[in-house]
Amino acid sequence: MNKKVLLNIAYKHITTRIKQSSIAALGVTFGIATFIILVSFMTGLNGLLDGLILDRTPHIHLYNEIIPSENQPISLSTRFKDDWFMVRSVKPKQNQSRIHNARPIINILKQNPDVLGVSAQVASQAFFTAGNIELNGIINGVNILEESRLFNIDNYIINGSIYDLHNNDNAIIIGIGIAKKMSTKVGDRIQIVNAKGNRLTLKIVALYQSGLAEIDNIQSFANIGTVQRFMGEKENYISDINLKLYDINKALPMSKELSKMYQITAVDIGTANAQFETGTAIRNIITYAVSITLLIVAGFGIYNILNMFIYEKMNDIAILKATGFSGNDVLFIFISEALLIGLMGGLLGLILGYFFSSVIDQLPFETDALPTIKTYPVNFNPIYYVIGIVFAMISTFFAGYLPARKAKRIDPVTILRGQ
Amino acid sequence: MGGNSIIKAEHIFKTFHKPVETQVLNDINFNINEGEFVSIMGKSGCGKSTLLYILSTMDTDYEGKLYLKGKLITGNSPNELAHVRNEHIGFVFQFHYLLPEFTVMENITLPAKKLAKKSDEEIYSDAKNILQLLDIANIAESKSYRISGGEKQRVAIARALINQPSIIMGDEPTGNLDSGNSENVLGIFKALAKEKGLTLLIVTHDQEFADQTDRIITMGDGKILT
Repeated sequence: MNKKVLLNIAYKHITTRIKQSSIAALGVTFGIATFIILVSFMTGLNGLLDGLILDRTPHIHLYNEIIPSENQPISLSTRFKDDWFMVRSVKPKQNQSRIHNARPIINILKQNPDVLGVSAQVASQAFFTAGNIELNGIINGVNILEESRLFNIDNYIINGSIYDLHNNDNAIIIGIGIAKKMSTKVGDRIQIVNAKGNRLTLKIVALYQSGLAEIDNIQSFANIGTVQRFMGEKENYISDINLKLYDINKALPMSKELSKMYQITAVDIGTANAQFETGTAIRNIITYAVSITLLIVAGFGIYNILNMFIYEKMNDIAILKATGFSGNDVLFIFISEALLIGLMGGLLGLILGYFFSSVIDQLPFETDALPTIKTYPVNFNPIYYVIGIVFAMISTFFAGYLPARKAKRIDPVTILRGQ
Repeated sequence: MGGNSIIKAEHIFKTFHKPVETQVLNDINFNINEGEFVSIMGKSGCGKSTLLYILSTMDTDYEGKLYLKGKLITGNSPNELAHVRNEHIGFVFQFHYLLPEFTVMENITLPAKKLAKKSDEEIYSDAKNILQLLDIANIAESKSYRISGGEKQRVAIARALINQPSIIMGDEPTGNLDSGNSENVLGIFKALAKEKGLTLLIVTHDQEFADQTDRIITMGDGKILT
């Protein structure tokens, strides 16, 4: 009841000075709209760029790396325990590139509550031959449905579908670079040969375009069984295990743990792609810095106009106080004026921001990097709209608070006597 | 009429510190009973307005004790004092002091809405009665910056009456009006005092006005002379 009266006074003050109030509100509108546009576009772009690498990178990659052993036989000997020793020309041991006990490891990892999914891969060197051309490349044996679920491989598949591969044991998806060099297309057959001389003829069911030319020139995918057959290996031959976790932050500790537990090389996503997080963080900082600057400028506008209001309204403030409105009532009136201006300007800013984001979303953006993207990426996450309006309210609150406090402190006697 | 004390001042002293130390009020003691129509007279600068602002509770920088209806209000918090003004004191100033962007009706009803003791309907019907009493019902919906000076002062009186205050205080309420309007306002005050039994305390320069009141308090050099 009481507050309604005060809000009514605030509303009257604003509506009788609609021009100044609108200009103050437009300052906020401009700030919020810019924030929304910037943040939608920036995070859209971030998502795109992160997706380019991070989305298809496993959170933890397990494989056997061929490296010379850290512990040479001499270091195990107790006789030379306290001596310096020097071993020249250390070479790595001939070793299998398969992961020992891969199937049980996969089963254990699948039970782990932190793990979203596990995908097993068999990677092999191969030569692609068609006619008399031979190209060096890699063939990856995968469970294509799992790859699509965990690593969005289907976003990079063109001219065909992953199901064509899944349903056919003699099918292959080749990188677009390979297809171009060999002038083959979907539906053609291609022969692959490995170092041991094993041959396999496979049907091309789709093309793979990652956007990174060096990958597109060598990469190809087939079913896991196809590649095992090609290599002449058994079903338990697995060369790589890729993990996706629910929480990406657990990747580093978990990779260390797995590496120790299974005597295997484990690389986590943070180590593999440190530069991407830095880029994302910097883009976010720029977005917020620009938006906050704009809102501070808008805040000064509100501060100015409220200050002017209060000078104009000295008499009214005195009369309100004389007729029994307390200092806090007056404070409430002027802060609600600021917040009302902020709310109006902020809401308009959200609408305007949404409008321009939608326009940007329609602009054509063709890139080789992402065959499935046709327009500029824009993130319409509602959280940014919530942040925007909260920003607007906070900045207008502070802009309104200082003048309102001045109004609260006005001594009615000096005003009333002054005339 | 009655014998209940409405407002009582005990040993009020007030000193202005700026620009130089000046004793404005010097040991003021008086009492106003219910239903009295009292005027305060005195030369410019004798402290009569200062006294009124102290009595009105807006000025709290003084020494001494002030009682309203027998209750000590000196030293109350600003919020409590605002409530006291809202409920018990009605004001009429020399310069009308209406809120210009509000209508006459809104101006009158604001203090009542602030007090929030009655429903909006009751407040509006009270306001209409008061407007009729003061013969300005026809301008109820006009914006208050559009009405004449005499009307403004009557609206201010109406606003002072809305919460049925214990006392109405006026700071030269006729000082800014021509003689016709002056008499009109004086007539209203007299009628309120006689017919409604209201307590009034009016600061004035106007000897004619003062002569028509029940009691005249004459001040000089910060003291009550008579």
